[in-house]
Amino acid sequence: MLKRHHHAERREAVAGYLFASPIILGLVIWVIAPLFGVVLISLTDWNVLKAPNWIGIRNYVKLFTTDLYFWNSLKVTAYFVVLNVAFGILYSLVVAMLLNQSVKGKGIFRSIFYLPTIVPIVASSALWLWLYNPDFGLFNQILQGVGLHRSLWLSSQTSVIPSIVIMSIWGTAGNTIVIFLAALQGVPRTLLEAVEIDGGNWWHKMTAITLPMISPVTFFNILVGLINSFTVFTQSYVMTAGGPNNASLFYVYLLYREGFQRNNMGGAAALSCVLIVIVSVVGFVVFRTSRQWVYYEGGSG
Amino acid sequence: MTAVKVGQKALLYLALSVGAVFCLLPVFWLVRSSLMTLGDIFKFPPILWPSHIRWLNYAEATKATPFLLYFRNTMIVLIPNVVGSLLTASLSAYGLARFRFPLRNFWFALVLGAIILPPAVVLIPQFLMWSKLHLVNSFLPLVVPVWFGGGAFNVFLLRQFFLTIPRDYDDAALMDGATYFRIYWQIMLRFIQPALIAVGLFQFLFAWNDFFNPLIYLSSQATYTLAIGLRFYIGSYATQWNDLMAASVIVVVPPVIVFFLGQRYFVEGVTLTGIKM
Repeated sequence: MLKRHHHAERREAVAGYLFASPIILGLVIWVIAPLFGVVLISLTDWNVLKAPNWIGIRNYVKLFTTDLYFWNSLKVTAYFVVLNVAFGILYSLVVAMLLNQSVKGKGIFRSIFYLPTIVPIVASSALWLWLYNPDFGLFNQILQGVGLHRSLWLSSQTSVIPSIVIMSIWGTAGNTIVIFLAALQGVPRTLLEAVEIDGGNWWHKMTAITLPMISPVTFFNILVGLINSFTVFTQSYVMTAGGPNNASLFYVYLLYREGFQRNNMGGAAALSCVLIVIVSVVGFVVFRTSRQWVYYEGGSG
Repeated sequence: MTAVKVGQKALLYLALSVGAVFCLLPVFWLVRSSLMTLGDIFKFPPILWPSHIRWLNYAEATKATPFLLYFRNTMIVLIPNVVGSLLTASLSAYGLARFRFPLRNFWFALVLGAIILPPAVVLIPQFLMWSKLHLVNSFLPLVVPVWFGGGAFNVFLLRQFFLTIPRDYDDAALMDGATYFRIYWQIMLRFIQPALIAVGLFQFLFAWNDFFNPLIYLSSQATYTLAIGLRFYIGSYATQWNDLMAASVIVVVPPVIVFFLGQRYFVEGVTLTGIKM
């Protein structure tokens, strides 16, 4: 009897591995091996054309000391990440809360807010290049029409990042809104009514019930937003080529430029490794601080 | 309704309308500009709709650049992307959801890790591997990885769906002598059909919209996908705004149609990711 039981267990394990084998192999080939590989490559001067040599940590030393673009790209990316996540979350939450009221045509509104998310990023880059055109673009025509100063939008060092942020929020908020909306619909009516009975207004309802109840989802949206913002690339590649004067030279753009335009695979791999560290640290900090404001039902989480 | 209530309602619809205009105006401007003459397009104050509609922009856009070839290339990448992710993500997810095996939790943790891992991190070694195999500038780097689990995110999504199916179905089928594969193929897939449709849609949009991977791996015009082709169009015709907008509309329309056809599944899939994670 015991032996037969053992046999069944083994059969189940074999079947499990067989079914899961595509993703297991995939993780080994496309994630684990490259993670080791990228560390090794970052210690070489590989440039694809000739055999690589070990050069120790020289790529890193160069990044942190003499590289003209590294610190600048970090600064530019951090600025973008903060603006994009903060305003993206705020905008999405407000829209989701509005949609969560009893609104006629809720489905239509939801589709409208989701629509920009479907537009391929290259096409939206072409479109926003046109909207932001300093001479004939829609936005400057509106500004001029209402008697305000024109902006240089993508063509000025100070306004290029905010401009890309506006475009990014337009193009990605759809997912965040849909997720927030689902979370808001899951907030129990009875709890909100209890606050009403105690004489609380909408502010009390929001701060005492709604925001704590949806905090796990807020946490998820912030985490996803941070990671996506960190790897922003296409907008600046297509619209500004990293300019003006490197003001939109994002981190992944720098990585791409080192690796694929300058054939400096070692340097690009070093940038990848630094990116791993940055994303891990940011992720860790978000997880750590989340304990203070994320509320998990039925315990401390 | 009291006056206050009416006022609140009006404010609510006003706020939503402002948001809707923010979302729709750029899309409207895209379509409107794609149908204009250059004379109309540069008018100030701007006109909302072309004085006469110029379909010729579309003909010019498709003549200036081989969009048909790019469309064919996109399909060569897209179809195996969708099939591969549906098949291998559902197999993997079934394995992770239904069987006990050593290190299962370890592999699942890696799946979660892979979801949040920025692709740029593993780009260099992956590229060098394809380059060593002399397969750069072929479609294989854009297709083959999808057949290994179809993306960690899709595996995660389908696993969550499998977990909601009562085990009684598996047990009953096993009693009847069904193999694990038959249970997967004939019973489980039917249960998770809505999730499969969502995964198919996600993968369709991903493959259609993907810019980064084709940029890295496709280096000759003969292999360009639409996304890359449009980028080069932007580079060469940036002053012919009407033609450029027409070219962009051509790239935008298919995913929008697909979205509206599968909207229900789409919203369900997106929702689930945020709620179950």
